[in-house]
Amino acid sequence: MSSMLASFLTLAAILFTIGCYGVLTKRSAVIVLLSIELMLNAVNLNLIAFSKYGIIPSLKGQVFSLFTIAVAAAEAAVGVAILIALYRKRGTANVDEYHELQS
Amino acid sequence: MPDLDLDLILNGQTIAYFMLAICAIVGAILMISFTKVVHMVVSLALVFLSLAGIYLLLEAEFVAFVQVLVYAGAISILMIFGIMMTRHDRQEEHMVKRARSFAALIGCGALFAVLFLAIRGTAFIDPEAQPLAENNTLRIGELLFTEHVIPFELLSVLLTVAFIGAIVLAKSDHEEGSSSLPKEETPVAKSAPLVPDRKGEEEFQ
Repeated sequence: MSSMLASFLTLAAILFTIGCYGVLTKRSAVIVLLSIELMLNAVNLNLIAFSKYGIIPSLKGQVFSLFTIAVAAAEAAVGVAILIALYRKRGTANVDEYHELQS
Repeated sequence: MPDLDLDLILNGQTIAYFMLAICAIVGAILMISFTKVVHMVVSLALVFLSLAGIYLLLEAEFVAFVQVLVYAGAISILMIFGIMMTRHDRQEEHMVKRARSFAALIGCGALFAVLFLAIRGTAFIDPEAQPLAENNTLRIGELLFTEHVIPFELLSVLLTVAFIGAIVLAKSDHEEGSSSLPKEETPVAKSAPLVPDRKGEEEFQ
């Protein structure tokens, strides 16, 4: 059974790594936000896997993942709003063109 | 170890797990490798749906349905709206520096190697099986309203603040750059006198 936990954690690690790669390399800000959502999903998978296969299995992991989902929804809404405001100001949605702070 | 592998192969749950995991990983890799933005969102919706299936395998029914509703429904649609309200030229026009992408690949590979070695090196203790799936929603609701009621209420405040903030952020340019509003209103103001003129013409005729 513990091998099941290891395989779930490995899947979560793969998804987290792919999301991290997307955040680091993609140009479109929408895709960067989506990659962040993918990373949050990997974390959720970890929480739920530990809520079943952890040392003390209980529903608390699922409750925590519900909280994470709600916070991620708020984050996505604010992120898209910031993206649209930035797009109106700058006329582009590419993250590598937002470089005001670069001297 | 060999009997563990046999157990892995023979279990029907693991077959479902492997199919869903392959769907998730394929969707994630397609998300990375597609060139059009809308295709990326759709392939990520595939990842969200297969993760919901995996949550079902892990006896988390309520979280699975919330995943389908919130992620595969709301967030995908929100991102599609975000794509439609911004203009996207060709996504991967090889403008991304090769060196940066290669460095990111190496960094993420190293991160995955560390995570994988840590997972493989840990001896997980077998827990006693608990029926998490029976009355799942009822028990989650009881937990939310007894033990975790303060985070739950704080979360409602957070959601309200976030959505009001999102509306203000997306609207602020509309009020600020009010030059766009009079432009829309001025044709109306110009056309408004036209209507009495026509009426006057009709009256004259």
